[in-house]
This record gives sequence, structure tokens and C-alpha cells, in this order.
Amino acid sequence: MTFEPKVLGFLCNWCSYAGADLAGVSRIQYPPNMRVIRVMCSGRVDPMFIFKALLTGIDGVFVLGCHPGDCHYLEGNYEAEKKFMMVQKFLEMVDFDKRIRLDWVSASEGARFGRVVTEFIESIREQGPSPLSGESFDQELFNNIKAMENAASSDRIRALVGRQRKITEAENEYGEKVSVDEFNRIFDEAIHDEFVRQRILLSLSTKVLSVKDLAVELKLDPSEILENMLTLKSRGEIDYQSIDGNTPLYMRI
Amino acid sequence: MSEKEEEPRIGVFVCSCGSNIGGLIDVKALAEYSKTLPNVVFTEDNLYTCSETGLAQIKNGIKDHNLNRVIVASCTPRTHEPLFRDCVEEEGVNQYLFNFVNIRDQNTWCHQKYPEEAFNKAKDLIRMGVAKASKLEALENITVDSTPTALIIGGGVSGMTAALSLANQGFETHLVERENELGGRLKTLYKLFPNDQEAQILLDNLKKNVEGNKNLTVHTSTQVRNIEGFIGNFEVRVEENGNNIDLTIGVIVVAVGASLLTPSGYFGYDGKIRITQHELESKLQNNEVHPKDVVMIQCVGSRNEERVYCSNVCCMTALKNSLIIKEINPETNVTILFRDLYTPGTHYEDYYRRARETGVLFIEYSPEKLPTVEEKQIRVYNEYLGEDMIISYDLCVLSTPLVSNNDNKALAQMIKVPLEENGFFLEAHVKLRPMDFATDGVYVCGSAKWPVDITESISQGYAAAARASTIISHDTIEVEGATSFLPDYNRSLCTGCEVCIKVCPYKAINKNENDEIEITQVLCKGCGVCGATCTQHAIIIRHFTDQQILSEIYAYGGKEV
Repeated sequence: MTFEPKVLGFLCNWCSYAGADLAGVSRIQYPPNMRVIRVMCSGRVDPMFIFKALLTGIDGVFVLGCHPGDCHYLEGNYEAEKKFMMVQKFLEMVDFDKRIRLDWVSASEGARFGRVVTEFIESIREQGPSPLSGESFDQELFNNIKAMENAASSDRIRALVGRQRKITEAENEYGEKVSVDEFNRIFDEAIHDEFVRQRILLSLSTKVLSVKDLAVELKLDPSEILENMLTLKSRGEIDYQSIDGNTPLYMRI
Repeated sequence: MSEKEEEPRIGVFVCSCGSNIGGLIDVKALAEYSKTLPNVVFTEDNLYTCSETGLAQIKNGIKDHNLNRVIVASCTPRTHEPLFRDCVEEEGVNQYLFNFVNIRDQNTWCHQKYPEEAFNKAKDLIRMGVAKASKLEALENITVDSTPTALIIGGGVSGMTAALSLANQGFETHLVERENELGGRLKTLYKLFPNDQEAQILLDNLKKNVEGNKNLTVHTSTQVRNIEGFIGNFEVRVEENGNNIDLTIGVIVVAVGASLLTPSGYFGYDGKIRITQHELESKLQNNEVHPKDVVMIQCVGSRNEERVYCSNVCCMTALKNSLIIKEINPETNVTILFRDLYTPGTHYEDYYRRARETGVLFIEYSPEKLPTVEEKQIRVYNEYLGEDMIISYDLCVLSTPLVSNNDNKALAQMIKVPLEENGFFLEAHVKLRPMDFATDGVYVCGSAKWPVDITESISQGYAAAARASTIISHDTIEVEGATSFLPDYNRSLCTGCEVCIKVCPYKAINKNENDEIEITQVLCKGCGVCGATCTQHAIIIRHFTDQQILSEIYAYGGKEV
């Protein structure tokens, strides 16, 4: 049987949903592979939604909002963009970022709606079925993306995303501004660390492991694992369970 | 909210929409399929669910089967949701317990060659709709008191028209003008196209009516200093001659007009023999100029990289001033160098014809080959001749655009409305809501939005007043209940990080005196950005809650993760 992509679209009520309606009114034809969830603003699309959708085995997720400057809620689409970029940064780590896309369609762009949806569906078709669907289910990938969802839901990452525009675009009371490069450096570091930490937590939630075990399982340097485990321990999320010879074993609290 | 506790009893109504849906997919089979979904107790297919019969079927369904959730699978919520919401509400089901599934505009119309796939898509969409409906909660719209007072910012022709219209309807109206007298741009004009009426006469009439109206308070030499609050309840501080006055206002009309551009650096502008149309106008009025050879250049400083827009009024202004010059002395040579001549409608086109008949010459130039203005002559490349033409002049008139006011930004921030890329005020929707802003209770008219002529300024003044009166003619206003919300049971989660305050575009979220987050429901437009940003997932976006959206995702994905 040929592969038919299963695509989910989040459409903002005011621009892209209206554009999708206009595509219908204009009888623009596009492949019937996308299901739509209507939200009032693309800024409502919680990063969690995208991860969860991918985790259910959906092959591709499309977020559509108003063009920059056209947002019905003034700036919601800019916030959507920041959130989306965060999700993308995570998914790049497992080469899954091409399965999500963000684009802008106005209420007057029925034809454009048809075009961008067709392009996205075709790109998913080329990528093939998600390894999180069907029989060849990839548990490791699932764990990784689950850890990403948890990391993206953490207050550290959410606070960085929420403050990103304020701290990179506006000056603070002292006339200081964080450059985009500087922000990205901090942001990338946070994304990497929080991912590793969530991955450790996920592994420890089913079994008791040593630093070395985790390093093997997560294919990371033991010193990096140890560093993050110390942070997790200080956050009270993991603790020693027992000592096997000279090796401490850790468990999730 | 008793419905919250009740077991969901969902009714699904699948519309055939004549043959629009039913012609491609089997609506009976869809209704049958819907019966198999969780919490669905009743399904029916209708020829037209939005018809009298269809609505009666919904009502009967609610009555006979004790439905507490209703789903209609048909066209699009953007046109028909209000109708169905009213319908279920009449039968005692809260309007927010209605859910719409779009199987026409976004399905049958777009997959006309794929009936089987479209059918499956409709099944998925209904399944997702049912999943969300099971999680829907009843909400009440919020009712707030409204002050029947209007504030008009800008005492030009548009502002005065809007103010008069509202005051004549009996509303207390405040008209704020920053200069020491009313009139705006109209003060500086001589005659008006297309009927050559003297601007002063129109202005005097307007001023007389404004000043004689007991409902209308005029504040000249007054600046708006601060605006807070929301629709029906704005707290406005204005500074009149150095004294602060606080006003409570129900609706605001922005009629601040536009500014003139001084074309320094363009075509040797010197304000003497190379002047703007606007300067020419006052010279004509004062009988100061008696030129022999007049050359006008259109689109000076507009439709270029810096200002991409057409200023809308300059073509007609050039024609008008040409006709005045020709009327004073028919022997005067008038040449208009233009890129595109914009004279829409019968009146304006007639005006153009008159100008031609009086002997005004029109020569087209292209932006690639701009005319060069020399000491006493102008060189312009003529496409048709394929060579330069040399035209001597003793008066060169530059048609410059109206530009947005420098202080638009400050005002826009005060009332939380957007400006477009050229600094003009941006309406909510160019066709559907041209006088409204996306922010409720604030309206716009005249050149504040885009350069317009006097006729249009007046029309827009009336239009904005009409929109504004729909609000202040009621003692209360109802606003959408689907807002963001920090429930008490989530308060302990809040760490006070204030990220929600920063991302809220409407300043609806603040900290109260106890340093707790407080969401002003009437200010919230329900965009949901704060909920998707909240670092502790404490804020709930009503009607689009995490649980509701996740239920849709899971219904499509086939499992919960």
C-alpha cells in the first residue's frame, strides 16, 4: 500500500483558517491528508501540542498563522514563531525537524493555502512514515522526543522562550540589550542540558542505573551525564539508590 | 457550572448542504459513524442544518434526547457558528457547549476528486470534534457597564464630522484638537474638488455646528496624555493648555489625520519657484502667483522605495489647482508630468476631462527616467517620442504625499492598536471592519488611516461614528467568555515570573497589590498566548484548554501519549 501522510494542522482563526475556508470557496484542490485544529491564534500553539502530536505517530505538524504584522492579536504570531523555533531546535537533535513547519497564510490567500499545504504534505510523503507509527516503532526515538516534550515544558525553557522577544528586542531599565547571538548561545545550552536531564529522568523512571550505564544508553560522555545528574540531584529529582561495588546507582524520586 | 459535572450527552448533526457535502460523501453513513463515538447519544443528517427545519431538528434532538453538547458538521464556524450557538442556547444548552466541525469549506470543496478520502477526513474531523465536545465547559459572556461618552481625537474634517454625528445622537462627546483652533488640514485648503466649493465655507459651517452643540465639548490646544481601561470604560487624561483633565470615556475615535511632506532635495525644491501643491494652494488663495508656464510633477516622494504607497489625493489636487490657474488666466501653460493618473469615478474622471479641455498638457514619465529640473527648464523623457522634451517653467509645483504623523506611534501604544508599515493606523480588517481597530471600542477615520480627500473624510467620519454608537447606545456591553483564566486551584503553581504579563498584547494581565497575577477578563481577547507561555502551565485558556486541544490531537493520533 502506498504511504499516505497523516498531517495535523494548527490554524489560527483569523488568517489561516479563513484562508483555508477561502481555498474551499474558490474550489482550490489540495491533497486530503491534513486534519485541522482551529485555535484563535497561532501563539496559542503550546510546544507541548506539537511534541504530543508527533508522539502519537502523526507524520507531520503544520502551524499556520497570520503574516508578520497582520496578527489579529497584534503580536501573537511572533510569539508562535519563537515557540516553534524552540521545538525545531529540539527536533534537530534527532533529525526530526523537517516534520514540522510554520508558515503564514492570510485570510485572502486561499490559493496560497492550497499551495503551502500541498508542499508540506508532499515533503512529508518524501520523508516517509513516522518511525513512531506503524509496526517498526522506534522506542528510542519515542523516548528522545518524550524527553524533549518534558524539557520544553520545563519552566527554564518556557521562561526563556517567553522572555526572548523582550530581552533581545527591547532594552531593560539600564539600557542593556541581549544580542540575538548571545541569547542563542544561552538558549542552545539550555536546550541541550534540559534535554539530557529529561532523558536521564526518563531512563531512571523505569530502572536503577549508574552514570556509566546512562552514558552508554544515551551515547553521551560520562562526565556530561555526571554533571547533569548532580544538577538533578540538587533539584531533588534523583538520588542514590545503592552502591554496586564502587559504582553508585541512581534512581528517580 | 452544572454541565461540567454532568455526563456529556452529545448530539451530532451532519449537514448535507444540498449537494455541497452530500454530493461527494455519504452524510447518512457519517451520522451512523458518529453514533459509534464516545458520549454520542443522538445523530441525524439534515439536508440543510441551517434551515428552519434543520434548526428545529437540533432543538428537538436536545429536547427528546436530553443533549448537553451539540455538534454540527457542515460549512464553517466563521459564518454559521453564531446561528447554531443561538439555536442551542434557545433550547437551554450553553452556547459554549456547541462545537463546529468544518466538513465543507475545508473538506468536500477541496477534495472533489477524492470522495473516499474526503469521507475518511470527515470521520476524523467529527471524531476530533466529539472528543473536544466531551471536554467543553459552559461559559458565560462577560457583561460590563458602559459609559455613553465618546472621545474624538483630532479636530479636522473627519473628526468634526464624527463628533457632530455622535453629539447629534445625544451622546456626550469630547473633541480634542492639539492646535488652538479646529479645522486641521481643511484650514489650509482653498477650493475643494470636485465641486470647487471653498474650504472655508465648509469649515465655517462645521465649526458653527460643533461650537453650537450642547452635547459636544471642544478641547483645543489639548494633547492626549494617557489612556487606560477598555471598551465602555476608558480612563483618559488630556492636557488642555497645561492643565490635566481626566475623562471617563466609552468609545474613542482616532481622527488625527496626516502630515505634509516637505520635499527637500526633490527636484530642486526651494519654496519659491519650486513649491508644493499645498504652498501653491495658499498662494492662489492670496492671489500671490501669476505664472506663465507651470509644470507640475506628480508622485514626488511617494511610490518610491522610501514610501511605497500612493497618496490618493495628489492627482485630484493637481487637476484642481490646474483648473484654478486656467480660470485665473487661460493663457497660462500648465503641464502635468505624471506616472499614473488616478481619477476614479464619474465626478473625478469628469474633472480630468475638464482639465484636458482647458488645455492642460499631460506627459507621462517613468520612475526609471525621472524628469530633471534645471534653472528655468525641465527635461522629461517622452516614451512615445523616444527622446527628451524640454519644457520651460517659471513655476514648478511638486505633488507630495500626505505622510503619517510622527506621534502616531505614541498614540497607537496608548490605545494598543497597530500601525501599518508607513506609520498610518491599521484597521481591524480592510474590507469587513474598515472603521474598527482589533481593539474593541476604538475606531478610526480619515487620513489617520490612509490619505483621503474631504469627501471620503466626511464619509468615514460618519461611518466611525455609526460604529462607535453601536457600543455607547447600550448601558452594558457583552464580551466573549472564552478568555484566559487563572483558576484559584492553580494559584499556588504561579511563581510570579511575569512572563504572561510580558506576552499579553492587551495588557490584560497585571499584578495586584498582593503581588498576585490578576487577569482582567474584559481586556482579554482570548488569543491564548499567555497560556501557551506560562512557565508553570497555570493559566487556562477557556474554550481552548490544553485538555480540549490534546483530546483533538489524541483523537486524530489514535492514542494518548
